Amino acid sequence: MSQIDIGAPSGVGETVEGPLYETARKVYPRAISGFYRQVKWAALLVGLSIYYLLPFVRWDRGPDEPTQAVLVDLEHRRFYFFWIELWPQEVYYFTGLLIIAALSLFLMNALAGRVWCGYLCPQTVWTDLFFSVERWIEGDRRERLRKDAGPHGSNWWSQKIAKHAIWLAIAWWTGGAWVLYFADAPHLVWSLLTLQAPLVAYGAIGTLTFTTYFFAGFMREQVCLYMCPWPRIQASLTDEYALNVSYHYDRGEPRVSLKKAKAVQAQGGKAGDCIDCNYCVEVCPTGVDIRQGASLGCIQCGLCIDACDSVMERIGRPTRLIAYNTDLNIRRHHQGLPPVYKLIRPRTLLYSAIIALVGAVMLYTLTSRSLTTLAVIHDRNPLYVRTSDGSIRNGYELRIANKAPRARRFWLELTGLEAKVEVVGAGASKVASFEVGPDQTREVRVLVTTSEAPADPATSVNFAIVGSDDRVAAEAKDFFRASAQ
Amino acid sequence: MAEGHPHFDAKTGRTTTGHEWDGIQELNTPLPRWWLWTFYACIIWAFGYWVLYPAWPLVTGSTQGLFGWHARNAVTQDVADLKSLRAPSTAKLETASLEDIEKSPELLTIARAQATALFANNCAPCHGAGGGGAKGYPNLNADRWLWGGTLKEIQTTITHGARWDADKDTHSSLMPSFGKDGILKQPEIVATANYVRSLSGLPTEAGADLALGKKTFADNCAACHGDDGKGNKEMGAPNLTTKVWLYGPELSDIVNRITVGGGGQMPAWGLKLNGEEIKALTVFVHSLGGGQ
Repeated sequence: MSQIDIGAPSGVGETVEGPLYETARKVYPRAISGFYRQVKWAALLVGLSIYYLLPFVRWDRGPDEPTQAVLVDLEHRRFYFFWIELWPQEVYYFTGLLIIAALSLFLMNALAGRVWCGYLCPQTVWTDLFFSVERWIEGDRRERLRKDAGPHGSNWWSQKIAKHAIWLAIAWWTGGAWVLYFADAPHLVWSLLTLQAPLVAYGAIGTLTFTTYFFAGFMREQVCLYMCPWPRIQASLTDEYALNVSYHYDRGEPRVSLKKAKAVQAQGGKAGDCIDCNYCVEVCPTGVDIRQGASLGCIQCGLCIDACDSVMERIGRPTRLIAYNTDLNIRRHHQGLPPVYKLIRPRTLLYSAIIALVGAVMLYTLTSRSLTTLAVIHDRNPLYVRTSDGSIRNGYELRIANKAPRARRFWLELTGLEAKVEVVGAGASKVASFEVGPDQTREVRVLVTTSEAPADPATSVNFAIVGSDDRVAAEAKDFFRASAQ
Repeated sequence: MAEGHPHFDAKTGRTTTGHEWDGIQELNTPLPRWWLWTFYACIIWAFGYWVLYPAWPLVTGSTQGLFGWHARNAVTQDVADLKSLRAPSTAKLETASLEDIEKSPELLTIARAQATALFANNCAPCHGAGGGGAKGYPNLNADRWLWGGTLKEIQTTITHGARWDADKDTHSSLMPSFGKDGILKQPEIVATANYVRSLSGLPTEAGADLALGKKTFADNCAACHGDDGKGNKEMGAPNLTTKVWLYGPELSDIVNRITVGGGGQMPAWGLKLNGEEIKALTVFVHSLGGGQ
């Protein structure tokens, strides 16, 4: 212990002793089975299955349209998600998705802590997968510790090579699945196999192979401890009502071994339920001691709960010495008060309300959006033209998006003004019409001419495009200007 | 890092840096060593950068780097890539006639898209962003043309310009300075200006001598502007009977034109742009609305 010296200011001129950098302590997590382990397996299985198989799911959109259910078509600038097709100008749907994603993280955190970190985060899932490969080849914690301590014979080397080979294969498959979302999956698999795929595909696979291998094989908990911003953010978002993986120190302390417990109790002392077997620390994938309280390193995966429960069952003490609980309840238990759970709090209500609102707005705009859009851009220079016979003409740029998977012809109708309407390139026919290709945008220049200037310097006009079914497919308002003012 | 260390914090089980402010001590939280190695790797990367890419400023320039990379070359390369990407489209513009380009929705779209950029770069400074023109700079949206408004005539004007000495085929005719050179006297000029206004139905000054104006016009102006004032596109002489005025319809505007004469200048774009670019621009200008 440092001496407490109130008089003299300390710190001035002193230097820090010891190293400025610490070597990462390698974590050797021990195998465990139990409820939370099952949850983690289920999350891993579901998550990875979706990730690896989704590109192969087909969806019928009609002829000449991609058949892949989920496809990011960068070349043609389209995003397909089952029945939804998004154009670049609809990218705001992703803004909505990101808002919902962020708020879902906040909500999860307010209800049950780092659910994302413990069960769903790709870093957790892939590291978990790599751990299980490691355990399968090199054995459990004790064996791995012994083998790594040496001596390193041919057996040690062959096991290491086998492990890294499988890791690399998983990593390669991870990158391989990623690129399948950007092109027709079956075709791309074939062209990858026959070395006919574009270079960028191999580049992406190579990069993701490296990052997966490196982050899940070597960096592991270091990513959570030093790289990820979420532990810091969530630490400032949590409150005393949030469920967290917690050690019930009120029940566990003081730690006394099973043998000594009776002797201590016989002398009238208190012996806590924790027998200090260290199992909770040994199973932890980030090497944290949960008994020291919540920390940045704890991803709250619940494996220490499984470990502690298995010990408590064996020695006949009540389980859930480590459990999901709130800071408040542990404190209340200490004071002999009953636990309180408040899932409905202002913040959980607010998060849920915003998620529901954003979701509803997105759903509404998605279901109510039209297959046809019309944008009218009035010429800025000149605002109007006086032709040689004194007529007034306005020029407009019309942009028509046809989101239907077939070519469509539209007839242009102008209301609000008695005027001659011409479509440049379509001839000065009385019926101005034009065709827009399937899933395409077309721009046409439209000239509107009146023989005399309207009394209103800016007459409100309405452009409508009518489809072959005689229904108005899209409308847009603009002005007919007869004055520069 | 244990108890017995001079700066040990019992609460966290860690050492402190030994620094203390108002009773608060700073925990010693060392960075991971891999972070240090990443930092060193970045420094080595930087050295590589210095050698391979332009990096150090010198008195008159900078070190060039072994790769010979230069931002200007990168832009040139990007432009070349874009050109080769557009080559199939531009090849179509080259072979198609102006009329065919305007008739085909596909070619018209290509031509207008290409010409929008060309127009903004080359034509907009005088004719305005949308070809709206200004006093002395023709409005390309209107249907009155000094040198003719058919596709062919627009192409010729863009290629050779107006009063541009570097091109011998340029439109070269010039309006005389009737007032400045003393060819006409002030009352004759005012009378002529009034007469010119009457040609397009604009009101004339009270007491204007339209007869003198008409005679002066017939003697001096009709050679180029025609007996009826309808102009002559061979001479670039505007039609004076319309509602479109290049220099303004006011009496003072017209008096000024007759006094000073002359005419605007336009570069011969054939000297700078290639044939396919001029074709695109021709169709673009023609499609603005006033093409004939």
